[in-house]
Amino acid sequence: MKPRILGNTIQRILRQLRHDRRTVGLLLVVPVLLLTLLYYMFPDPKLPLVPPVFDRVGLVMLGIFPFVIMFLITSIAMLRERTTGTLERLLTTPLGKLDLLFGYGIAFGVAAAVQAAIASAVAYWLFDLDTAGAKGLVILIAIANAVLGVALGLFCSAFARTEFQAVQFMPVVVVPQILLCGLFVAREEMAGWLQAISNVLPMTYAVEALQEVGKNADPTGLMWRDLGIVAGCVVVALVLAAATLRRRTA
Amino acid sequence: METAIEVKDLVVHRGKKPVLHGLSCQIPRGSVTGLLGPSGSGKTTLMRAIVGVQIVKSGTVTVLGKPAGDKELRRRIGYLTQAPSVYADLTVRENARYFASLYDGVPKSQADEIVADVGLADQANQLVGTLSGGQLSRASLACAMVSKPDVLVLDEPTVGQDPVLRDELWKRFRDLANAGSTLLVSSHVMDEANRCDRLLLIREGRLIADATPAAVKAEAGHDDLDEAFLTLIRAREKAVV
Repeated sequence: MKPRILGNTIQRILRQLRHDRRTVGLLLVVPVLLLTLLYYMFPDPKLPLVPPVFDRVGLVMLGIFPFVIMFLITSIAMLRERTTGTLERLLTTPLGKLDLLFGYGIAFGVAAAVQAAIASAVAYWLFDLDTAGAKGLVILIAIANAVLGVALGLFCSAFARTEFQAVQFMPVVVVPQILLCGLFVAREEMAGWLQAISNVLPMTYAVEALQEVGKNADPTGLMWRDLGIVAGCVVVALVLAAATLRRRTA
Repeated sequence: METAIEVKDLVVHRGKKPVLHGLSCQIPRGSVTGLLGPSGSGKTTLMRAIVGVQIVKSGTVTVLGKPAGDKELRRRIGYLTQAPSVYADLTVRENARYFASLYDGVPKSQADEIVADVGLADQANQLVGTLSGGQLSRASLACAMVSKPDVLVLDEPTVGQDPVLRDELWKRFRDLANAGSTLLVSSHVMDEANRCDRLLLIREGRLIADATPAAVKAEAGHDDLDEAFLTLIRAREKAVV
């Protein structure tokens, strides 16, 4: 990895994003709209003594939205690199595979940071989201989850030949993680085999980390462990993605 | 003359089908070599092997004294793929500058110069996705030439270009060769073949001719290259039968 090439690649990806205003708009506005729907879906949050459902579900959604959106964007972006031939050209230049992969991870991570900051700001100030722990930690976990989405997207794009196929990886990769992460049914109440699946899905740990921030004023050891697991999954996914980038092809 | 590219007994299969059958050739340094042949004859496969992105079955490809695809070669080689490979959502200048930034010591100004060289000065700030077909392939060409590489492999760089521009592009290729670069250019257009120092004609994965345009014409006894190639192909087919 060469810092100069990595830096230029990050800039290039962000520039591409900047030229695509509609995508930027969707990136920033969609999570806010979804949070709004979520907020008004539940019974009047201002009823006394009932802990607002939004505090539980809204918090988890702050982690799920960036994951889903970044997974989709990245798998399409990387697929485009493959189908337009820019990837083949890049691999004939001094650019290293990791320059490209980390370039995407960092560039989209930056985009995710902006997205998470806006969504969190709306959740906290407009919808009175209440967490015992720090708002900054919520944003940090949301970014980590977004980067996880990027890394899995980079990996999964290798198995799609067309954008039609790439989009269909979303239900395969993303939906099971949302179903089993403990949002709909607490993980302890799931059947053993479901828990076992849930245990190997990285989103489970991101959601648990968010719940820890929701419950505890100070960052807990469990939260840091979970965040570490998410980071570890990012590294594993990036290494696997690097293995799918071949300089020589048939 | 010094050899820049040496291909020895190259066999390439794509899928189960053999595409190149033990092809050998040498390309001298500082020259423009034309690679001619019908569609599907193996031109692109040979170019990919030279650039080092093609999985080969057997044989060797040596570029500037190193095996093709060597890490060292990546900063010395430029490759234009047949389909334009540039970022549609960046401007022409941003594309050229990004590819320039991947090489050591290539200033932004050089990227801007090359954009002008391929006749896109007026479109420099235009998004590549909004260019016409000919402009698009020139944008891609600019990105291949941006580092002024020692070896430049160009897969059909002049398809769909207006004759005046085509003439200018060929002058640029000549300038690069005069400055010491080695160019391998594939083409369908025979009048372009006349502008090359050497010609490689391949058909069905086999080399039919490897000589200067004048020698090809002399051997076939035709002044017209199209006719000359036809004669050579027929002679070869008779010899095989």
